Amino acid sequence: MKILVCISNVPDTTSKINFTEDDTKFDTNGVQFVINPNDEFGLTRAMWFKEKQGATIHVVSVGEVSVEPTLRKALAIGADEAIRINTIPTDGLFVAQQLAEVVKNGQYDLIIAGRESIDYNGGMVPGILATLLDINFINTCIGLEIEGDAVTAIREIDGGKETLATTLPLVVGGQKGLVEESELRIPNMRGIMMARKKVLNVVEPTDSIRGTEDAKFEKPAPKGAVKLVDSDKIEELIDLLHNEAKVI
Amino acid sequence: MSTETMNKEILRGGQFLVKETQCEDVFTLEDLSEEQRMMRESTKEFADRELWAHWERFEKKDYAYTEECMRKAGELGLLSVAVPEKYEGLGMGFVSTMLVCDYISGVTGSFSTAFGAHTGIGTMPITLYGTEEQKQKYVPKLASGEWFGAYCLTEPGAGSDANSGKTKAVLSDDGKYYNITGQKMWISNAGFCNLFIVFARIEDDKYITGFIVENDPKNGITLGDEEKKLGIHSSSTRQVFFNDTEVPIENMLSERGNGFKIAMNALNIGRIKLAAACLDAQRRVLTEAVKYANERMQFRTPIINFGAIKAKIANMATNAYAGESASYRAAKNIEDRIALREADGNSHQDAELKGVEEYAIECSILKVAVSEHLQETTDEGLQIFGGMGFSADTPMESAWRDARISRIYEGTNEINRMLAVGMLVKKAMKGHVDLLGPATAVGEELMGIPSFETPDFSELLSEEKDLITRLKKVFLMVAGSAVQKFGPELEKHQQLMLAAADILIEIYMAESSVLRTEKNARRSGEESQKTQIAMSKLYLYNAVETIIKKGKEAIISFAEGDEQRMMLMGLKRFTKYTNYPNVTALRTQIADAVAEQNEYTFD
Repeated sequence: MKILVCISNVPDTTSKINFTEDDTKFDTNGVQFVINPNDEFGLTRAMWFKEKQGATIHVVSVGEVSVEPTLRKALAIGADEAIRINTIPTDGLFVAQQLAEVVKNGQYDLIIAGRESIDYNGGMVPGILATLLDINFINTCIGLEIEGDAVTAIREIDGGKETLATTLPLVVGGQKGLVEESELRIPNMRGIMMARKKVLNVVEPTDSIRGTEDAKFEKPAPKGAVKLVDSDKIEELIDLLHNEAKVI
Repeated sequence: MSTETMNKEILRGGQFLVKETQCEDVFTLEDLSEEQRMMRESTKEFADRELWAHWERFEKKDYAYTEECMRKAGELGLLSVAVPEKYEGLGMGFVSTMLVCDYISGVTGSFSTAFGAHTGIGTMPITLYGTEEQKQKYVPKLASGEWFGAYCLTEPGAGSDANSGKTKAVLSDDGKYYNITGQKMWISNAGFCNLFIVFARIEDDKYITGFIVENDPKNGITLGDEEKKLGIHSSSTRQVFFNDTEVPIENMLSERGNGFKIAMNALNIGRIKLAAACLDAQRRVLTEAVKYANERMQFRTPIINFGAIKAKIANMATNAYAGESASYRAAKNIEDRIALREADGNSHQDAELKGVEEYAIECSILKVAVSEHLQETTDEGLQIFGGMGFSADTPMESAWRDARISRIYEGTNEINRMLAVGMLVKKAMKGHVDLLGPATAVGEELMGIPSFETPDFSELLSEEKDLITRLKKVFLMVAGSAVQKFGPELEKHQQLMLAAADILIEIYMAESSVLRTEKNARRSGEESQKTQIAMSKLYLYNAVETIIKKGKEAIISFAEGDEQRMMLMGLKRFTKYTNYPNVTALRTQIADAVAEQNEYTFD
């Protein structure tokens, strides 16, 4: 089985978010980038298929050279080869088209992408990718077993779970549940050293449509000052809740 | 690059004092490769996930958990970074070894002690002094974490005076074994180790001998109870009793009588690694302290807004920054020196040994400075937490207790201070470092009339660099005169040695900090280094104050009359600022930057 894990390079969740150029661009200054957590759950599940069923894992990311440390980390975790599509990822449609090209050239049986990336939260890539490739698609996948071409997958649905049967080739929108957080792997030292020797192919992008572009970002308004009301002034509190906060 | 040119470019141990180092020649944390950064990330992740998330277990004397974490560290390859590939290690350079040691050690002294004792003094004596057979037999097991090592040097009557141990090794009648009998104490990892490095005396040898002893209770080895300690509660520390323990003669480490040398050389490495092990604890304590100060409201404002708190945060950050700067500077010097020796045809084993030995002075300096920074930082961190800091429910209390041991083990800070100066004087006498020439020049300068020109300090950090050059003259003046006066007897004047050591230490730390900042400002722009510039200036200011105090004390202790007056004048001249930095403003600036980041991170 040949697996492609699609990886977004996203800011660490503790990053301070700022925008530049009139609030049209994300300010990457001082930001630490990591593997998108939804993708990491997918990669970790792929590692299980590699170790138990002899699967081969390729990882792919759309981005400039700055995404390479994230790809190297995926290699250090255990992916066999990495591909970087050398362009700036814009919207989901654009990224999915780029990925589709790689899938067509690579003959993959299983493509795992995160349900959404935690930076822009578009949540479109796996769905568009499956459409472009015209193959089966399971989103918000929290369980995945494969025997030959037969796939049993569990999806998270509102208030419960749904078990589905399908076949390869398949696109999976992965998330927590594919593996648990405690199963996520820390790249070991030998893996890190081996990653240096593994192939990281850089491919040029294909002509694709950029469906949307960022016009403006806005941060939530900062929290205002807290008003403290003495515990014996209940009436004042009720008045403030009525007339100032307007919550009752 | 030819060996000869490399030779010229790598500063020798102790030479920092008499040679000007260019900023491009120092290695900084900002110079880490992508691979090293990834190693650091993995180490941090391990520390966060396995250690930090369970720090309370370490306080409840959960020795088994320490052992479990050591095994997990083994699985990730964190125990084998320094071990040559030939023995199933990763064979990484000295900087990478320091990096792992640094970032794995910040959470709890319990784990950092177990890690340090195993990878350092538990494993290194074999990789550095073992025979091929010994290395093949033991090192792969130690590197993977299948086995753990412990180091038995200290005895009830032999602490700092390590060669005075009474443990005996007697050759058996058939000549196949040594029978070891004796009592060892403060043995880290004793409770779960598989192997001891034991030092014992054969007959009436002047020096002790090292042995590799497998831990087998049936072979006359018994353990005392776990010691009750102030800190590092889950580091297994026991006495180890050897009673006619049979050790095959092929388990002798190096040659008979070489034990003291092994012990001392293992400690050189142990010292610089201990400095590394005291770095991430500072980062973590400071980060916790600043988070708390940002959130804790008193008088209707977060306490970070108070100058009293800012001063603490700034000093903590400044010390951590200087510690990082000096530790990685020395680590790279050692790595380069090892590479140079290997290029000259020495075995890796010899190269590593001599490479570290070359920088024994710096190792001692770092051990003292960084362990004391950690002590101050945990103390101030606890203070920022106020009453909560005194509570065992916050990590400040354990950090404060755990920090204390760092000033004691790997040679007390007093021993290391005296060693730093003593070794430097010895190097000068052997002609390895020319102190005499520069000291004479300083003497002549003192007799001359000082320049009244106003120097041009417009360039970034130029006044600081000029000041550091003059601080070196203080050391040369004080130590030079002291050596002239006392000769080899100098080492008996311990208070003088300690004062001289403080001057030496502050010079190295301040210079390292300034050089790191200058290097980064040159490549990334001054704007990006605003806080680092402030930290370098603040560290230097504090260093100057220490040097004035210690210099004065030293001069008065042995010089009188005109000589004393002249030296005190020299001290004043060499420690003079043209433009005093406003340290209050510097502290505010640094604290504001750390508060804004809500953590300590400067690379």
